[in-house]
Amino acid sequence: MLDTNLPVKIRVKNLSFYYGAFEALKSINLSILDRKVTAFIGPSGCGKSTLLRTFNRMNELYPKQKTTGEILMNNENILDARQDVNRLRARVGMVFQKPTPFPMSIHDNIAFGVKLYENLSRIEMNERIEWALQKAALWKEVKDKLKHSGTSLSGGQQQRLCIARAIAVKPEVLLLDEPTSALDPISTAQIEELMHELRKDYTIVIVTHNMQQAGRVSDYTTFMYLGEVIEFNKTHKIFTNPDQKLTEQYITGHFG
Amino acid sequence: MNAGFKHYYRRSTNAFALTLSLFAMVFGLFWLGWILYTLFIHAIPALKSTVFVQNTPPPGEKGGLLNAIVGSLMMSGIATCIGTPIGVLAGTYLAEIAPNHYLSKITRFINGILLSAPSVVIGFFVYALVVAKSGHFSGWAGVIALTIILIPVVVNSTESMLRLVPQTIREAAFALGAPEWKVITLVAYRAARSGILTGVLLAVARISGETAPLLFTALNNQFFNSDLAKPMANLPVVIFQFAMSPYDDWQDLAWAGAFLITLSVLAFNVVARILIRNKNARH
Repeated sequence: MLDTNLPVKIRVKNLSFYYGAFEALKSINLSILDRKVTAFIGPSGCGKSTLLRTFNRMNELYPKQKTTGEILMNNENILDARQDVNRLRARVGMVFQKPTPFPMSIHDNIAFGVKLYENLSRIEMNERIEWALQKAALWKEVKDKLKHSGTSLSGGQQQRLCIARAIAVKPEVLLLDEPTSALDPISTAQIEELMHELRKDYTIVIVTHNMQQAGRVSDYTTFMYLGEVIEFNKTHKIFTNPDQKLTEQYITGHFG
Repeated sequence: MNAGFKHYYRRSTNAFALTLSLFAMVFGLFWLGWILYTLFIHAIPALKSTVFVQNTPPPGEKGGLLNAIVGSLMMSGIATCIGTPIGVLAGTYLAEIAPNHYLSKITRFINGILLSAPSVVIGFFVYALVVAKSGHFSGWAGVIALTIILIPVVVNSTESMLRLVPQTIREAAFALGAPEWKVITLVAYRAARSGILTGVLLAVARISGETAPLLFTALNNQFFNSDLAKPMANLPVVIFQFAMSPYDDWQDLAWAGAFLITLSVLAFNVVARILIRNKNARH
């Protein structure tokens, strides 16, 4: 069902995830292709955000959860107990539903992540910050106010700041968890345009409630339902001629 | 009920409730205003420059409050320096490190009791523990008593302020690969900074007027003394002794001391208010 000759970035094997006794993900098998945009769609509670958050092990911040199976990134199991979780998170960036600028200046917001694992001179740091802001299409708007608080920006600008902050540490994968659901249509369009640019350099996985958005921005789409992957294919195929009846019903708005 | 009556009923209920709350506010403000007015009227004649340069006098002689002011500043200052880091760290443990651990639940419970414990009990405790054992009153005993009063206030405010920091901001910091201690010190503290500082200031305001614990511990000293191992003069106890005395000039000095304490507590509260306002303005 897929072009198997394309390079795979993340390979999920028999992944199950439990909140206490509740099985939120049921034996998931999935391949995320390198430098493509993959969208996770499905009704609320189907496990798409949970699956996304296993890729950088964010779930482990909370008690009473358990993950079984394997997630291979560059053929290395990131769920391995010997894996340095902080290093992993530096390689797998994440942007959240609500913009999350830190209570510090725009400059410091971006420098925060970079300083964790790199020791840059002031000039190098300023170059990196400009580069990240350029990439996130925010540079023109903020270049004269880098010392201003990150929280003083508008919602859409804050979200682009968060994207700049995530790419400033030069991750390999970018996880976007409903990145536009708190934004107005214009800011949403800006972020979607940005994703078109970013997919040249990064493997992007996006969770979205908005099917039109999945159709617009993604190359591949995964439809999930009740903790299982129902169908995974090229976005065009999923939206025009899905293999599964359930996918078709969801796409055409029969439930969800 | 027709619509017109309903409307009238709501409006009159609203007016009634507003009037009651207005009276409640006026009632509170009235006493506060009276206290400040009385203090001011009595303190003005006593507030000469000698208050700040001379020590507490024997009856009938000229004098000031220098030894008491210095003693109060030293004991409150050292108590703040010792108590603040302990309180902030404990509050951090409760809010960030192990909010649901059984140790945290016990700490929170005991802290709540300490928070509302009468200060005379704490003074008596330190008296039994330090003063009775060492055989004499001392500034250090006063510092210990004030620290014990200050810590629970700081623990409580630090925990509350850190809990107000949205979890999404912490997650964002973790998602960049930050270890927990950096998430706490660089992000959570930063977000809660003015709130934590406000809590410390309010705790300092609280201890700067405490009399009972100092009466049991530092006692008083007629002379200038900056040695914490000896009994130490301090404003609250001087006010207590001088106000109860039959001598007019001692009573004047007591008014002056009361005015100084009130003024500093007022200043702490105003600064705390400004900090909170700035925090709200930024977000």
